[in-house]
Amino acid sequence: MDFGPFLLLALMEGLVTAAVLALTASGLSLVFGIMRVVNVAHGEFFMLGAVLAWFVSVSVPGPAPVAFAVALLVCPLIVGAIAALADILVLKRLNYAPEPTIVATIGLLYILQQAALSFFGPDARPVPAPFSFRIQLPWFGYAGYKLVVVAAAGLLLLAVWLILTRTRAGLIMRATQQDRDTARAFGINVDRVYAGVFAMGAGLAAVAAVLIVPIRQAHYLMGGDPLLLSFIVVIIGGLGSLRGTLVAALLIGLSDGVISTFFAPTLAKILATLLVAMVLVFRPQGLFGKRAP
Amino acid sequence: MTGKLITTTPTRRSLLKGLALGTGAIAAGSALPRFVQAQSSATIKLGFQVHRTGIGASYGRWYERTANAALKVINDGGGINGRPVELIFEDDGTDPKRGAEVVEKLVTQAKCDMILGTLFSHVVMGSAPRAGELKVPYLVCSEGHHVAAGALNRWTLQPSITDVKSQVKSMAPWVTANLGKKVTMVFPDYAFGHDHRDYFTAAVVAQGGEVIKQIAIPPTETNFTRYFPQIPNDTEVLYHVMVGPAVLTFVKEMGEFYGSGARPEIFGFIDSLEAVSIDSPGLEFLEGTHFWEGYPRYKQADASEHETFYRAAVGVDDNGASVSDPTDVSTYSHMFSTWETLFVIKQMMEESGYQSTTDRQAFVEALEATAGFDESQEHPQGPKIFNGKTHQVFGLQSITNLAEGKLTRVHQTTMEDGFYPDETDYTTQSF
Repeated sequence: MDFGPFLLLALMEGLVTAAVLALTASGLSLVFGIMRVVNVAHGEFFMLGAVLAWFVSVSVPGPAPVAFAVALLVCPLIVGAIAALADILVLKRLNYAPEPTIVATIGLLYILQQAALSFFGPDARPVPAPFSFRIQLPWFGYAGYKLVVVAAAGLLLLAVWLILTRTRAGLIMRATQQDRDTARAFGINVDRVYAGVFAMGAGLAAVAAVLIVPIRQAHYLMGGDPLLLSFIVVIIGGLGSLRGTLVAALLIGLSDGVISTFFAPTLAKILATLLVAMVLVFRPQGLFGKRAP
Repeated sequence: MTGKLITTTPTRRSLLKGLALGTGAIAAGSALPRFVQAQSSATIKLGFQVHRTGIGASYGRWYERTANAALKVINDGGGINGRPVELIFEDDGTDPKRGAEVVEKLVTQAKCDMILGTLFSHVVMGSAPRAGELKVPYLVCSEGHHVAAGALNRWTLQPSITDVKSQVKSMAPWVTANLGKKVTMVFPDYAFGHDHRDYFTAAVVAQGGEVIKQIAIPPTETNFTRYFPQIPNDTEVLYHVMVGPAVLTFVKEMGEFYGSGARPEIFGFIDSLEAVSIDSPGLEFLEGTHFWEGYPRYKQADASEHETFYRAAVGVDDNGASVSDPTDVSTYSHMFSTWETLFVIKQMMEESGYQSTTDRQAFVEALEATAGFDESQEHPQGPKIFNGKTHQVFGLQSITNLAEGKLTRVHQTTMEDGFYPDETDYTTQSF
């Protein structure tokens, strides 16, 4: 294939990766930014979203777009509810101390993964895409749905940004992030904010998974890669910085697309991990993170 | 007369009584064969290393079903050497490390007589050394060339499924003669895929063709579109083989990539679609392409009575799916090997007079001395020739064409097509 179309395909693929990654990583970044919790189970919330989308696709009758719309609404809510429950039952009781919460979320990772294995089974299962039109370029064909994923992820990220900066809920979240004790003194129910933020973080991972599952299939072990990439993105972008997360997701997604198309996917992962190491050495707060006071 | 049976000074009457009881006991004893027989009637325990979870799960599910179906046939027919047979399944998670632990557990804790059933080649590579150390026969159903290559040991044998080297060698002449001579290969980047890469490339060159590009894909990959641009434009034949949970995504994205534009001829190993329905949305482009099948998934017009029996016993319909769930598609080209391996165990245990675990060596020696197996109910896939030196079996392969949503055989290889010179002689190894 000629260089031009080759690069075009690489960039299109990179954009899809970046879009899904930005959504997933923003959930992780939100939870860390506001709650200071490193959520190792984040990838499993992603997996849960995909697995639930499969259950919805087989239980909702009617055409595929209807089932998909239902999945897009219902799955993040269910995953968010599970996350809120985990926060109230486990994380809150650990007083959000850093080390115990990491261990607790590792435990949560295994519980969710094995639960999916028990109830969903070990097979990969396809979820039908809401539509299947294909763009036929002169050099190659491309699934139109993938471009819709990019657009939908963009809209969702815009919504997250609006919630955080323009709504009262966002104001309360930011207040809690700045100073938990003062926020409490002003009558903010910090427990409820934390449960809500943890649910929202998990819900973002779930919605990313619902978007990508018609391309990738649902599988109980699919949470590993999104977790690793989300951590890479969040560390490069700066923990807790939504803007940094977006920039880093685009950087990692596009470079992953280009490098893995032109060279090898393993090389893309090596370079991304090397970049993380460099950032940690020379700019530990990340590209857009604020230095801890 | 004391009334006691045994007294310190026996009377004539008590002696007679004792004698009568004694002979009675001996007579009764001879009526119960287990006391006079030298051989055991205990259950024969066969350990089955199954990929119930992990990337091999869809194969594992069908391997388990097929083995259980064969077990029922064996036990209904009187077991092995008149003894009942039990299969003990243990999940290895398709993980080489757990594979070795499973071998250990099946032998030392479950006290299995021997082990069978492993499919994924990296699990075989991880488990076989432990089986060799424990000196327990390890009968794999894996296709990998590592058995015949001499990489394993005297206790590891592959008596029911042809290895990849033989499969691709027998395919290559047909592919180069009918589809094209410039081949691009797409294969998983581990032992099994490397067998394809090395031996198919050599076989194509031997036919005067050329492999112009080799594209290796990590077996855990979930996104394939980015690999397809590497396929050179002058490719005449695209050769694909893929494994793992993402195979459907792989084939779908290949279809998206070519779309309605021009595409090369496509020849795939059915592995890329095992446990996947051919009529899944997005696979329409496969119409007219060709596949290797170890055992055609769709029942062919000339199917033997043995195959009919086998399909019914395992519970597979004429389209290769479960009779109870038409969406549950089998791994038909591979799972027959567990059925045939169980009957190999039965035949060899009976021929070697297998009694207990001390006869394991005799079992291996009997199998090494076997020339092969005829097509029969026990070997429904077809006749087999067994090479006792390399521990590898050879069988017939099929090339099928996808037309009107069904795979129909267009070519069947001969035994000779798949032969290659021996690379090892396990019989020179000590037990």
